Amino acid sequence: MITIHIQYFAILREQRGVAGETLSTPAGTAAALYDELRTRHSFSLPRDRVRAAVDESFVAWDTPLRDGQTVVFIPPVAGG
Amino acid sequence: MFRISTEPLDPAALQRTLADAHAGACVTFEGWVRDHNDGRPVLALDYEAYAPLAEKEGARILAEAREKFAIVGAVCIHRVGSLRIGDLAVWVGVSAAHRGAAFDACRFVIDETKARVPVWKKEHYADGDTAWINCATRGDHAAAVKS
Repeated sequence: MITIHIQYFAILREQRGVAGETLSTPAGTAAALYDELRTRHSFSLPRDRVRAAVDESFVAWDTPLRDGQTVVFIPPVAGG
Repeated sequence: MFRISTEPLDPAALQRTLADAHAGACVTFEGWVRDHNDGRPVLALDYEAYAPLAEKEGARILAEAREKFAIVGAVCIHRVGSLRIGDLAVWVGVSAAHRGAAFDACRFVIDETKARVPVWKKEHYADGDTAWINCATRGDHAAAVKS
């Protein structure tokens, strides 16, 4: 198990009900973590509509997670 | 310079930051909050950003613009928070020796910003519904999330 900090934005923040949390997870990758959280909190967005960021950089879904990192899942953007 | 701003934007002040003796052209773009989207009356918008990553990705877009086009300076500021109809949501300014590069780079910066920068928009409709734009999923009535 590793400890991961998560920040939520926009639709994911509303569906999770909090702006951030720290949790222990067996997830080895950002993909596994999103799948775990989507199941637990019934996120509407499938993973292929979301991007992952670790420690303020976009990462590939299969990037290994390390203890203490901050993960943000990026819903489809809509600036402008 | 690419910034996320919680304060109202001042186009005149932003444009002055582009002043340069080498520049013979300055093209600016303003994105305003409009009162409709997809045929639905819109009353207000909330913009939200993951600011550290938004500013990083935005800086990358401006660097790409400098590589692709013969420009002198480029600035993009995106507003976050609760905005009303007519408010300025995003401002892009590009200076260049000649107008062609300034027009092209300005278009590039706003298009890439809309496509890549982690900023989200929630629309509040006249009928009381709200929706996060681009986040609709099947069986999810236009992504409407009742507030």
